[in-house]
Order: sequence, then C-alpha cells, then structure tokens
Amino acid sequence: MSESDVLSAPLVVEYPFTRTVGPVQSAFFTGLREGVLVGVRMVDGGVMCPPVEYDPRTSEPLTELVEVGAAGEVTSWAWVSEPRTGNPLSTPFAWALIRLDGADTAMLHAVDAGSVDAMSTGMRVRVRWADEREGAITDIACFEPETAP
Amino acid sequence: MSDVTVSPFPEGLWSQPAVATSGIAAIDGVEPVKSIRTPARLDYTYTAGISQSRFLRGMAEGKLLGERCPKCGKVYVPSRGACPVDGIPTEEVVELPSVGTVVSFCVVNVEFTGRGIEIPYASALVVPDGADLAVFGLIQEIPHDQVRMGMRVEAKWKDPADWETSFENIEWWRPNGEPDAAYESYQEHV
Repeated sequence: MSESDVLSAPLVVEYPFTRTVGPVQSAFFTGLREGVLVGVRMVDGGVMCPPVEYDPRTSEPLTELVEVGAAGEVTSWAWVSEPRTGNPLSTPFAWALIRLDGADTAMLHAVDAGSVDAMSTGMRVRVRWADEREGAITDIACFEPETAP
Repeated sequence: MSDVTVSPFPEGLWSQPAVATSGIAAIDGVEPVKSIRTPARLDYTYTAGISQSRFLRGMAEGKLLGERCPKCGKVYVPSRGACPVDGIPTEEVVELPSVGTVVSFCVVNVEFTGRGIEIPYASALVVPDGADLAVFGLIQEIPHDQVRMGMRVEAKWKDPADWETSFENIEWWRPNGEPDAAYESYQEHV
C-alpha cells in the first residue's frame, strides 16, 4: 500500500462552552452591545478597561463603573501577516494592546491598519463596531487608525 | 474596608458585589448580558494510517476486517497495524462476520450534542466472532433495560448505496436471536 492509499478525514473537537460573566463583566459586555466601552475604577483612582471584579493590588471588590472613550492609543502590537481561522480579520492585521481614552490599562484587540508600515506604538485608533451586536467581544469588529493610512 | 452589597444567589444573578450602572446611561435599565459563548475548537486532519485504511476500505465494501498477529494469533479489529503484546506487524487480514457478543455496555441518559439518538439508549462493546478485541457500538431494536452481557448481536448495516470508508456504515447492533453466550466464552474481554 502506497502513501497515497492512506485515508485521511477532517476531525473537529469542539466544546461549546457558555459561561456566566458576573456583574462587572456583564456591564462591559452590555456596554459593547449598546455601543459604549465600560471600565471600572480601581482603589488608587485609576480606571481598568476591560474591567475586573477585584482590585489588582488590594483585592478589594470594585463596583464603580466608568465609561471610557471609544478611541485610544496603541501601547504594543504584533503584525499578523497570515490571518488564521477564527481571527477577527481575514486580511493582514495587528494584534494590539490599546489604552482607551480615560483608561489606565490596555485591552487586546485587532487593528485594521492595512499595512505593517501604518502601525506604530503610540498611534491613535478608534473602535469599528460590528454591524450586529449581541454582547460579546466580537461586537468590536476591530480598531482602525484615527487618521486614514 | 467598608461593607459591600452582595447580591444573594440565586435571587440575585451573581454572588459577587453588585455594581451600579446608573452612571452610564447606555447600560442603565437595559437587559444585562448574563453569559457569553466561549467555544474551544480544534480542527484536525486525522490520518488513518495503512492498517486502519485497510479496515475502512473494507467497511466501504460491507466487510469487517481484522488483522492477525503471526505470533500470538490474536485478531485485532480495527487493527492499528501491530500486535500490542508482541510488538510485530499484523499483516494477515481476516474477514470477520458482523456477528458478535456484548461484553460490556452502558445505558446513556444524557443527550450528547449532535448524536440525535433518543435517550436512554445503550452503548456497548461487542466482540465480533473470531476477534480478540471489542468494537464500540450502539445497541438498538431491544429495550435498553434488556441489554445484557453475553447477548448475541448482529450489525445493522446502512443501505449499501450509502457505504463510505467509515465505521458509521454499521448503524447499530441488534439481537440476532441466538441464545446468550456462556460467560467463559468472553470472560477475557470483561
């Protein structure tokens, strides 16, 4: 039997998890559905976005929600020249940490800059909302440069 | 640290501290998002290998093919191409009847996604006659609470027009009417 006689077939292993989000992340995802970005105020007065339930330094519960801007600054990034199945974009893009206006921490999302040459640390980017929003991180289709590349 | 309001479970949605949404008009008073889908998915291409390809090609012709170890004589189905006891290739292909004995079973009461079989049902290990390894299968055409060890069964094949290189060509196993096998005849497989 030659190698070409060996059979192969697709095999998909999938766990269709659904998880509850808790009150703080609920506010974040509800905000995405409604088209606003929600952070939470930390004990030291700073704002985290995406929000977490407990202060990263003191572990105290955090309950003061804060709306942050839909635009911000790239603090770090990596270029994806060959997007993979499940990525937010099918054309080359950047994974980036984005510190939104009014926030002191950064969130991870995709930046559709068109070309790696258009990417730089410190660049300004803005949310591009998905056409249909349901309360998920995919409600943000991606971020795009504030000034056209 | 001052006391915080904790929403009781289950009347409140969560056992974590309640938050105020009143400061953000867009999310105040709207139906909150309670859960998110976070599927984990792995896409593989499974390569069957030479021995299993032989087995699967047999299935496409309605044949249940095992392979015999030249040293110990045991017949494995489906074969992985080598005897796990003697560590040598199993090259002699043996056609087995699609008749066998139930050596173990379990009654399934929980529905699996995508299976589409009415619960409860019985899954079983069936040792085909002449084989030394059990195959996994579904038992049908008998109430699940009458399935038993030693029960003699036959394969219910799909319509030949629908045969593929797949073990799913055997849809299920069903009683073939023979008396139960004696325990001694299958005790090695229990």
